[in-house]
Amino acid sequence: MNASRRTKSFPLRSTAAALLSILALGASCQVLAQEEPIKVGILHSLSGTMAISESTLKDTVEMLIDQQNEQGGLLGRELEAVVVDPASDWPLFAERARELLEQEEVDVIFGNWTSVSRKSVLPVVEELNGLLFYPVQYEGEESSENVFYTGAAPNQQAIPAVNYLHDELGVERWVLAGTDYVYPRTTNRILETYLKEELGVAEADILINYTPFGHSDWQNIVSEIKRFGSEGKKTAVVSTINGDANVPFYRELGNQGVDAADIPVVAFSVGEQELSGIDTGPLVGHLAAWNYFMSVDTDANYDFIDAWIEHSGDEEAVTNDPMEAHYIGFNMWAEAVRKAGTTEVDAVKEAIIGVTVPNLSGGYAAMMPNHHITKPVMIGEIQDNGQFVVVWETPSTVAGDEWSDYLPGSRDLIADWRKPMACGNYNVREGRCMGSDAEAQAEEALAE
Amino acid sequence: MRTPATLMTSSITARIVTLALLCLLAWLPALASAQDDDGRAVLEGLDSRSFADKAEAIEAIIQSEDERATDWLQALLDGNLQRLKEDGRLVIVVDNVGREWPVRDALTGDELGEVPRRDLDRITINNALRSQLRSALSMVELYVGDERSRLAAAEGVIGRVDDELAAALEARLEEEESDQVRHRLNQALAVHRLERGEAGAVETLYGSLNSNVRVALTRAAQSDDAQVADAARRALADIEQKLKLNRIAETLYFGLSMGSVLVLAAIGLAITFGVMGVINMAHGELIMLGAYTAWAMQQLLPGQPGLALLLAIPVGFLVSALAGIAIERGVIQFLKGRPLETLLATFGVSLILQQLVRTAISPLNRTVITPEWMSGSIAINDALSLTLNRLYVMGFALLVFAALMLVMRRTRLGLEVRAVTQNRAMARSMGIRATRVDILTFALGSGVAGLAGVALSQLTNVGPNLGQSYIIDSFMVVVFGGVGNLWGTLVAGMSLGVINQVLEPWAGAVLAKIMVLVFIILFIQKRPRGLFPQKGRAAEG
Repeated sequence: MNASRRTKSFPLRSTAAALLSILALGASCQVLAQEEPIKVGILHSLSGTMAISESTLKDTVEMLIDQQNEQGGLLGRELEAVVVDPASDWPLFAERARELLEQEEVDVIFGNWTSVSRKSVLPVVEELNGLLFYPVQYEGEESSENVFYTGAAPNQQAIPAVNYLHDELGVERWVLAGTDYVYPRTTNRILETYLKEELGVAEADILINYTPFGHSDWQNIVSEIKRFGSEGKKTAVVSTINGDANVPFYRELGNQGVDAADIPVVAFSVGEQELSGIDTGPLVGHLAAWNYFMSVDTDANYDFIDAWIEHSGDEEAVTNDPMEAHYIGFNMWAEAVRKAGTTEVDAVKEAIIGVTVPNLSGGYAAMMPNHHITKPVMIGEIQDNGQFVVVWETPSTVAGDEWSDYLPGSRDLIADWRKPMACGNYNVREGRCMGSDAEAQAEEALAE
Repeated sequence: MRTPATLMTSSITARIVTLALLCLLAWLPALASAQDDDGRAVLEGLDSRSFADKAEAIEAIIQSEDERATDWLQALLDGNLQRLKEDGRLVIVVDNVGREWPVRDALTGDELGEVPRRDLDRITINNALRSQLRSALSMVELYVGDERSRLAAAEGVIGRVDDELAAALEARLEEEESDQVRHRLNQALAVHRLERGEAGAVETLYGSLNSNVRVALTRAAQSDDAQVADAARRALADIEQKLKLNRIAETLYFGLSMGSVLVLAAIGLAITFGVMGVINMAHGELIMLGAYTAWAMQQLLPGQPGLALLLAIPVGFLVSALAGIAIERGVIQFLKGRPLETLLATFGVSLILQQLVRTAISPLNRTVITPEWMSGSIAINDALSLTLNRLYVMGFALLVFAALMLVMRRTRLGLEVRAVTQNRAMARSMGIRATRVDILTFALGSGVAGLAGVALSQLTNVGPNLGQSYIIDSFMVVVFGGVGNLWGTLVAGMSLGVINQVLEPWAGAVLAKIMVLVFIILFIQKRPRGLFPQKGRAAEG
């Protein structure tokens, strides 16, 4: 009897167990499905003056999120984009960042373009311990525990470009032309010191010129550049002219017949997108220094372009350097989350240092302890179809140097966010972390 | 490092001449098959990653005296010489628009159909190679080109002549018919002789404004030979004198052209604000609409940018005038006599219009093509050339101004406008429909803003922010010129342009702008009614 009972009850029990386990599995499935999505904040201007540059970056991050979700999300969770519009208004950037971190509780933010907007967001992400990926080339002199700089520092763009002009083109006279704000002023100060101290250029052979934002009448300046360049020495223009002002500048160059073979202009803020607003016929041969060009010939890049064209629905859509920076930054963050097994900020911050992901130009980008990444530096010449052709490239990638070696206040500083140092401005000479007053000191030294 | 181009010029020049002669004989039946292997060998030299190798390959092509050489070099210069990734064959791209390009074989000339962009590798060149190619091709031009390209080639050769080339040029001089080209060739030869220390050569160089001539003279002025140095110094002083005059003329031109842009942007406002007294902050956006019309017309008529631009003039006027009517009927008529509210409301309208364009079209700038006849510049002499697009804009500004004067002085509408602005009640009692006049005046002012937009599309960005950058300047010009006076706007715009351009080289662009603003503030303190104040009772209203 006992035995028969047992035999009877056994299948019953096992069925129950199976049922239970199925139920449990279903429940856990339900838990998985109900688990909160990972929120990715996007902080790019969709209106106002910067919309021209920033709106495509918003689309890029959305595209990357879509792609990640198609591959099954991250840690088994969906990714969800949270888009806010800071409207090219610098104080509004800080408010929107606070909104993203406090109300939306996003796990990471991708955003900002101008340096001033980044400076405005900085205290907020530090206070609320957020993560910010900043995709644009900038003037350096900063390293925050909560910010990851995936754009170029001056040593990844400006210095190699000047070296190229000097070594390969034999340039002896320099025009440093820029828009009047922090990025061009700092970059030009670095370049001026570099030209004088490292390349031995005389004061008389450097012409520095600043113009207001959105400057549209370039007649005089172009004519001055022409005169400056007709003294028999090879002359080049290093342009940190920002955004919209480039179009009338290049038009005037073309119309006044400044040929790239005579006076090449190398620009740090002119990419494929800026060129899509002009007829590039007269500009063939002028240069730009970036870490990525749309014309880069790799399969990864062609796939990226195809995906971008499909996402934007525009056959003529172009890709540019800050988009690649977001591509790298997004993949680095995803990799770090995978490595840490969580989206918790402190864990991701620790895990991301040393993370290496492929870039679009056939190499790899690694996150350095100073929160900057390694990048190849390329010099491209403008073509008549609005694209660039790479004419020179660094043999290997260059690591971003946050504190420039060519500025008096920042020469001795390094950043290293690994424990136990965990400092954004360690003074090597004094052997201590400068803390929050380092920036003030650097600025003071800069002003001298 | 010396560039490959300078290293090679001397060895190349002799070959170029033979190449040029060969071009003359290009009608001879080509012995293609016999030459094919040689051709392939020299051409494939270009297929290298190193620019130094390519420089050598270009020289080899020139030396090969192959009759397809000019074709290859031109394709290389234009970036149309490409490599098929599949089999490494070199092809010439016939048309590089879109993602699939038609190509032909570089060696045989056979059409190979369309190839996707992805499967092609462009043979890249850099600036050094580009100037090497250009000088090679321009030497060919010197022999076979029309007068203009011969002149350009002769000009390009100044300062780059060596013994070998000098002989070739002298031979060429014998055959050259154009006086201008001969003059340039003589100068090129004189610079060469000066470099060898002949004081007599300076005579030919007197008054030349070519920068290479000046460089050669400056160098000669420091030479040890006192006679040469002396002659060079005298020639230089003469040139400096001429240059100074040129610079003054140039600054004046820059000033007037900047002034005409200001006048164009402000003249519509001179009507709506000056005559009607409406503070219209959306004026800039009406300009922007005009610019977008130019872009839209070019989209509608692809391949004919010039015609599209001409058509955009009336269409742009209409579009902006209609937008103006909508603003007048929708907003301004309800706020009559309340300037502060009008200011705020129209400012809101301007933001709405901007965002509308951003959302409906794109936040990115649009490309407005400059037609052939508007690009480049006309050279008055070597040091002074007037940019064509600005010259056209200047003429256009004057035309618009004249037309507007005619409308205001000679038409019934003008008469009514003046009557209504002088005394609204009286005009109405005389049977003038003031409301209708308001609409028409506002439409006229807005339409003129649209015309300004069409013109500005040739000078600056066509994007949602276009208007913003002109609104402040426009108000400045109208206030400075005297509210209600069209002549005042013209004079004010032109003089502000000239003042700005005179200050700019001296003070820098940022400071110049500030100085102009300070000047206007001080001026308004002294004469609150501007340059040409309205007189009589009208001024009080």
